[in-house]
Amino acid sequence: MNAVTEPHRPYYIPNPSPYPVVLSGALFLLGLGAALRVNALTAGWWVLGAGALLAVYVLFAWFGRVIGESRAGVYGLQEDRAFRWGMLWFITSEVVFFASLFGVLFYERNIAVPWLASFNAPHSALAPFSPWPHFTAQWPNGGPAGQGFEVVNPWGIPALNTLLLLSSGVTVTWAHAGLRAGRRTQLKAGLALTIALGVTFLGFQLHEFSEAYRVLGLTLHSGVYGATFFILTGFHGLHVTIGAIMLAAMLARTWRGDFTPENHFAFEAVTWYWHFVDVVWLMLFVFVYWL
Amino acid sequence: MSAANLSSEQSHAQHHDAPPRGITRWLYATNHKDIGVMYLVFGVLMFFVGGLLAELIRSELLTPTMRVLTPEAYNQVITIHGLVMVFAAVMPITTGFANYLIPLMIGAPDMALPRLNNWGFWLLPAAAVLLVLPWGLKLIGIGTGTIDTGWTMYAPLSIQAGPGADFAFVAVLLLGLSSTMASINILVTVAQQRAPGMSWLRLPVFVWSWVITALLLIAVFPALMAGCIMQITDRHFGTHFFSASGGGDPVLWEHIFWFFGHPEVYILLLPTAGLLPHILATFARKPLYGYKAQVYSFCAIGVMSIVVWAHHMFTSGMPTDVNIYFMLSTMAISVPVAVLFFCWFGTIWRGSMTFETPMLFALGYIVLFGIGGLTGLVLSDAAADQQYHNTYFLVAHFHYALFGGPIMGIFAALYYYLPKMTGRMYSEILGRWHFWLTLAAFNLVFMPQFLLGIAGMPRRIPDYALQFAPLNMVSSIGAFALGATQLLFLYNILRTAFGTSGAVASARVWEGSSGLEFTLPSPPPFHTFATPPAID
Repeated sequence: MNAVTEPHRPYYIPNPSPYPVVLSGALFLLGLGAALRVNALTAGWWVLGAGALLAVYVLFAWFGRVIGESRAGVYGLQEDRAFRWGMLWFITSEVVFFASLFGVLFYERNIAVPWLASFNAPHSALAPFSPWPHFTAQWPNGGPAGQGFEVVNPWGIPALNTLLLLSSGVTVTWAHAGLRAGRRTQLKAGLALTIALGVTFLGFQLHEFSEAYRVLGLTLHSGVYGATFFILTGFHGLHVTIGAIMLAAMLARTWRGDFTPENHFAFEAVTWYWHFVDVVWLMLFVFVYWL
Repeated sequence: MSAANLSSEQSHAQHHDAPPRGITRWLYATNHKDIGVMYLVFGVLMFFVGGLLAELIRSELLTPTMRVLTPEAYNQVITIHGLVMVFAAVMPITTGFANYLIPLMIGAPDMALPRLNNWGFWLLPAAAVLLVLPWGLKLIGIGTGTIDTGWTMYAPLSIQAGPGADFAFVAVLLLGLSSTMASINILVTVAQQRAPGMSWLRLPVFVWSWVITALLLIAVFPALMAGCIMQITDRHFGTHFFSASGGGDPVLWEHIFWFFGHPEVYILLLPTAGLLPHILATFARKPLYGYKAQVYSFCAIGVMSIVVWAHHMFTSGMPTDVNIYFMLSTMAISVPVAVLFFCWFGTIWRGSMTFETPMLFALGYIVLFGIGGLTGLVLSDAAADQQYHNTYFLVAHFHYALFGGPIMGIFAALYYYLPKMTGRMYSEILGRWHFWLTLAAFNLVFMPQFLLGIAGMPRRIPDYALQFAPLNMVSSIGAFALGATQLLFLYNILRTAFGTSGAVASARVWEGSSGLEFTLPSPPPFHTFATPPAID
C-alpha cells in the first residue's frame, strides 16, 4: 500500500523465475502420464506421479515466493489491482467452463433425447425403421441401449449439502469481517468452520457417489444422465477440494501472522473462489438434482 | 511459506538494465520483450513444421493414386497440419506481437503479470511435443501414430480413433490453459498499466484488437476444454456424451467445437487486422482513417462471432429454421468486417504511398483476405453450402481467409517491426521478392482449388478421380513454389537478426511511423517506460 504515499514508485517486475517453466514441465508430465495411462500403459502411472509431485512442489515454491514478496512489501496499489483483475478474469474463465457443462446438460436433455425419440412418434414415417422402437423421451434417461438405474433423492444428502455450502458462505464472510475489524480469533474460527463445512460436504458427496454406484446403479456408464450427473458434480467436487485446500493455506498464513485489516488480497481471492463454487452448487442442485 | 529466500528477495528488488546471460534468460524470462520474442521464434518454427506437412499433403495429391503416404498417414498429416498451423504457428505469433508491442504501445514498464506470462509461453512447446509424440511412440511400437480425425476431431470418429487422439486432447487442454493465461495477462495489462493520459479511446488499434481477442479466448476456450474432457471420458470411462446408444449426440461435439472454432477464426484474424491500419497509415503517410469505426467494428465482430458457429454444420442435419438463423447471422457479420475494409481503403485513399515490403504484404492481405471473405459469403448460404461444404471450394476459401489474412498480416508485421526489434533493416530486395513470389505461388495453389471444388472434388481424400488431375498438379507445383519462397523469408529474418550487413535502423524506422513504440531507440533497451511517458 506504499503507492498511496509514493506515486512514482516503479511497477514491480519480478526477476527471472524458474517456476513457470518447471510448472509447464510438470503439466507436460501430467498430460503425458494421463494419455499413456488411459491407453493402459503402466508407465503412465510413474509419469503421472512424477508430474504430480513436481506440480505440488512448484505450486508451493511459487506461491511461497509471491507470499514472501508480499510480506517484504514490494507490492503497491498497482500490483494489488493487477492481482485482483487477474483473479476476476480467471474466475470468469471458470464460469465459462461450468456454463459449457450446463449447456451440455441442457442440450442432451432438451434436444438430443427428444430427437432420438422422435423416430418413434406415432405418425413418423421413420417409425417402422426405428432401431429403438421402445425408446421414449424422458429424463432421467440412460439412452436406447442403457440399463436401468435410480436417481439420487434431492431432498436427502443434496439438500443437506446445499445447507452446508450456504452456511460455509456465511462463515467465510464472518471470517472476512473479523479480519477487517482486526479480530483475529474470529478470523481463525470463521476459517476453521468454513473448512470443516467444506470437508463435511466432500465427505457426504463421496458417500453419495458410492451409494450411487453400489445401490442405485447410477454410474458413469448410465447413458447421458450418468455422464452429465458425474461430470457436473465431479468437477464441482474437485473445485470444492481446491477451495478447501486454499482455505487451509489461508488459515495457516493467519496462524503465522499474515494479513492486515487493509492488505489481504490472497484471502479475498479465496473467498471469491469459494462464493463462485457456492453459486455453481446452487445451479447444480436445481438443474441436476431437483428439476 | 518459504521465508528462507526473503533475504535474496530484498536485493533482487533492484533491477538491472542488462538482460541476464545464458539459457536461463529465456527459460526463466519475465521480460515482456524476451517472452514476445520466444513466442515469435516458436511460432515461425512451427510455421515451417506445419508448412512441411502441407508439402507432404500436396506431394501426395500431385498425381492420382497413392504414392507418397498411406491413407492412414495422410489423415494424420492433414490433422497435424491444421492443429499446428492454428494453435502452434498463427496464435503464438500474434500473441508474441501482443507481448512485445502492447507494453510499448501503452507506455507500460512490462506486462502486468510477468511470471504468468512466461508460464503461458512454456505451455506451448509442451503441447506441441504432445501433439507429435505419438509418431515417435509408433516407431517403438506403441499406438498407431497421431490423431487422424481432421483438426475438428469430430465424434464418433474421434471416439474410435487410436491413442494419438488422447495426446491431442491433452495437448488442447494445455493450449487452452496457455491461451487463457496469456489473455488474462493482456486484459489486466491494458486495464491496469496504461500510461497516464492513455485513455481507452486513445489506445492504438492493435491494442484494441487484442482486447477483443483476449475476451473471445476467455469466452470460448474453456468450452473446448470441457469438450476435450468429455471426449476422453467417452473414449475411456464409458460415458455417452457423444454416442446415441446412451442418449447422447455426436452433433453435440460439433456444437462445442464450433462454439469455440468460429470465434477462433476471429481470434486468428483480429490481431493482424489490428496491425494492418498501423502499417497502411505509415506508408500512406496519413493518419489512420475511422479509428472509432474500427474499434466498434472489432467489438461488433467479437460479439457476433460467438453466435454464428453452426454455419460450419449446415450439412450435419440440423433443423431448417436453425440453419436459416445461422445463415442470416453469418451474413450479418460481414457488415462490421466490411466497415474495417472501408476504413483501410479510407486510410490509403489519396495518401502519398510507397511500397516497401510491409506495405506490399498489407495490400496483399486486403486483396487475398477480401477473396476469402467474399467466398465465405457463398458458403454462408445454407442451400449452396450443401453443394460446396465437403469440397475443395471450402479448403480454398479457408486458406484465402487464413493465409490471406493472418499469415500475410504476420509477414507484414514482421517486416514492419523487425527493424525496431533488431535495430537493423532487413533486405528490401529479398523482401519484395518474397512478397511477389508468395502472392503468385499462393494463388497458384488455391485458385485451382476453387475450380476443383466447384467441379465436385471432395476434400480430406488422399486420392481423386482422373478428371481432377491437371488442376491438382498446378496446385501442387504452386505449393512447392510457395514453400521454397518461404526460405527467402527465413534467410532474410535470420540475416537481419544475426548479420551485420543490414543498414542501422533509426528510432522512428519509417518516415511515416507514429506511436509510442517508435519514440524508443531501435532496438529498445531491455527495460522500457520504467516511468510512464507523457501522452499529449
